[in-house]
Amino acid sequence: MKKRLLMTAVLAAATLTGSVQALAEGYPERPVSMMVSYGAGGATDFQARIVTMMAGNEDYLTQPIVIINKPGAGGRVGWNWFATEADNDGYTVAAYNIPHFIAQSIEGGVKYDAGSFEPIANWGADPAVVVVGADSEYNTIEELLGFARENPGKVTVSGAGLYVGHHIAALQIEKAIGGKLAYIPTKGGGAAAMKAVIAGDVIAGINNLSDAYRARESGSVKILAVADMARSEEFLPDVPTLMESGFDVDNASVNFRGIMVPAGTPAQVIEKLADRVPAMFEDARVAKQMAAGGSPMKIMRREEVQAMWDARQKTLAELLAGLK
Amino acid sequence: MEFLQYFGGVFEPLSFMLLLGGTVGGLILGATPGLSPTMAVALLIPFTFQLPATQGLILLGAAYTATVAGGAVSAILLKIPGAPANIATALDGHAMASQGRGTQALHVSFLASGVGGVTGVLLLIFLTPVLARWALAFGPSHLFWMAILGVTVIGSLDSRSFVKGLLSGCLGLWLSMIGYDDIQGAQRFIFHDSLTGGINIITALIGIFAIPQIIEMLARGRTEHILRTISTGRQSLMSSLRLLSKNVRALSIGTVVGSIIGLIPGVGGQIAGLLAYDQTRKFSPDPGSFGKGNPAGVIAAESANNAMVGPSLVPLLTLSIPGSPTAAVLLGGLLIHGIFPGSDLFDNYPEVAWTFINSMLIGQLLMVVFGIWIASYAARIAHVPPPIMAAAVMVLALFGSYSVQQSMGDVYIMLTLGVSMYLLEKVGFSAAPLVLGLILGPIAEANFIQGSMIANAMDGPVDYFLTGPLNLTLVGLVLASIAWSYFSSRRSNQYIARASEQPGHASGPESGNAKDSPPGVSP
Repeated sequence: MKKRLLMTAVLAAATLTGSVQALAEGYPERPVSMMVSYGAGGATDFQARIVTMMAGNEDYLTQPIVIINKPGAGGRVGWNWFATEADNDGYTVAAYNIPHFIAQSIEGGVKYDAGSFEPIANWGADPAVVVVGADSEYNTIEELLGFARENPGKVTVSGAGLYVGHHIAALQIEKAIGGKLAYIPTKGGGAAAMKAVIAGDVIAGINNLSDAYRARESGSVKILAVADMARSEEFLPDVPTLMESGFDVDNASVNFRGIMVPAGTPAQVIEKLADRVPAMFEDARVAKQMAAGGSPMKIMRREEVQAMWDARQKTLAELLAGLK
Repeated sequence: MEFLQYFGGVFEPLSFMLLLGGTVGGLILGATPGLSPTMAVALLIPFTFQLPATQGLILLGAAYTATVAGGAVSAILLKIPGAPANIATALDGHAMASQGRGTQALHVSFLASGVGGVTGVLLLIFLTPVLARWALAFGPSHLFWMAILGVTVIGSLDSRSFVKGLLSGCLGLWLSMIGYDDIQGAQRFIFHDSLTGGINIITALIGIFAIPQIIEMLARGRTEHILRTISTGRQSLMSSLRLLSKNVRALSIGTVVGSIIGLIPGVGGQIAGLLAYDQTRKFSPDPGSFGKGNPAGVIAAESANNAMVGPSLVPLLTLSIPGSPTAAVLLGGLLIHGIFPGSDLFDNYPEVAWTFINSMLIGQLLMVVFGIWIASYAARIAHVPPPIMAAAVMVLALFGSYSVQQSMGDVYIMLTLGVSMYLLEKVGFSAAPLVLGLILGPIAEANFIQGSMIANAMDGPVDYFLTGPLNLTLVGLVLASIAWSYFSSRRSNQYIARASEQPGHASGPESGNAKDSPPGVSP
């Protein structure tokens, strides 16, 4: 009896190893689901649907990618689920938002950190910008931040929440001017934060470049500065970076979006995904739809993303250390 | 009158087919518990990738219109509101259905939706520039007072006891606090992973409304009496139309309240139906008949929540600010075709913009036609014996709560809330105020905290929350609402005291849930 049990166990183990091998070789044999930790219709969801629409193509994954939304608590619900419950067989992938999930893991209270996930590739980078209403008295970033420096805590600035890119940018600006801003996190994401600026509820706002660009096109806001290393030549060639205006704010707040898998996913699967996914992002149809939506693309391969994650981890740990 | 030139686009073969498909599909999706209009529109967006911009938007517009109205079907027949907008519909609509007037309830609901919806879209067509300014007028302090205005309704909503109504509301407010608070970064009452994101409102609606009903149906057992179904009299469309014409007051209150409240970004759609319902009851000569199958309740709620559809798109189309979750999804649908909404939308893409709006207008009419056609079949659900019905509703409830975010945790939350609600109803608490608390809590709290943060950077909270014409008007409305509740509750107490002296006074089967079934009586 005991012997038979042992035999069965050995047999089972053998089949299991065999199946893992086979799994990696034939991958993917069925549709892949991709978890987005924000609601349907949000910027991340919207972009995720565009960049994965060609997945079924012969040259890419040969199987479609299906989007599953698990929104809640600024992304924590989805990423908690992905780190603890998602299968690491390559059939469940997720969208990541940097700096959000790294900042959240530094803040604590979540079940993941950068080590819980393996990046595959990056598709987009949406820098934060500083906006004021179209009829605001401030016309340059120097005027606005000069006033903020002299009146600590008097300049109300709206943003999409805590520990998101907008919040990080606000913290960096505070550090650069050596004074306080009144950062107002909104519920309801970037759209609600933009509404607060347009309606004059707040003096200024920090928002996504793509949304701010559209709001400026419709004549509702002025964009004063970009929190990135270089100007956005494609969308806002006339808007200076904070850095060139003399404020020491780098690109730590840029919202990077891409695809990742849970740690422990078979190496062959990661390899295959890392090989095919960037090509999928480069597809002309994807680029056309993304450009139409005003969503800046930034395609990065796995190695580049790993380096970027490490760099963010370091910057954010320093920046947020002073906050607690 | 520019929009008239673009009606042709709606009637092109492919466009009209999409409009028909979107309407019928939307009605069915809307009638499915757990599928809110937001989710239905989000599910359709990938289909529009392959379509030209105009046609894609026709599909989305039709689906939006129809799902909002379709939510009334499950609210009336199953007492499961499809979305927060349909809560008020369930109160009187389900009472009507259980009296055998399901067809009639569905008829008036669709007719009222049509009237409200067409008015809303006409407002969108003619008054967009004016309305856009109004939508922006509401800052955090005003939204806070709006939410408080909603809270004043809580005590008197669908409850026999004012105090228990208030307590139910408080319970709802407490439930709304659970989860991660994204403004202060605090974790509150998170004892389990499933609670990190707080209690999803759709999940809560299903649990709180459907589960007590299922238990109630099963608890009655399988006696011959129970298996005999409710007799449904034939209700002609003409009689429903007459009923609607008798309730013009409810219809106009619903339409006006829905159009005005619908404009306010972030609040509108959720509470338009409930506020309209409450106003209609307050102005009614017989407020006691509400909640017992008064068609005026259905008419007010449904005209309000469809009237809100048109105006809720005003901030989106003129300022690129989505005023509601559904509008946010529609924004995605516009962007994917390279159309940036904004003040020059109507100059740059007149064809797309006007065809979209026109299709919503035609969509409203189609929705009424199909809705009424479906109503006569759908109302047969009332013939299903309770034990079978209970099983079917249970399946829908489980599927619905799971599908909200593909989470088993939501199913457990739904069941827990449901069973607790059943016990609470036994001791006289009611579901509607609890859900209202759950909806208003986050709005009031977030806006109060944001307002205080802004106020601290300015001249202090008193100045921020209590000055300015809009703040004062809203505070005045809050006070008026409280005063009205106080006097009308005194008046209706006298009314009830008089009525109880006359035996045989009209009381529907749903009435006196608390009094008729004390905990000790079991079948």
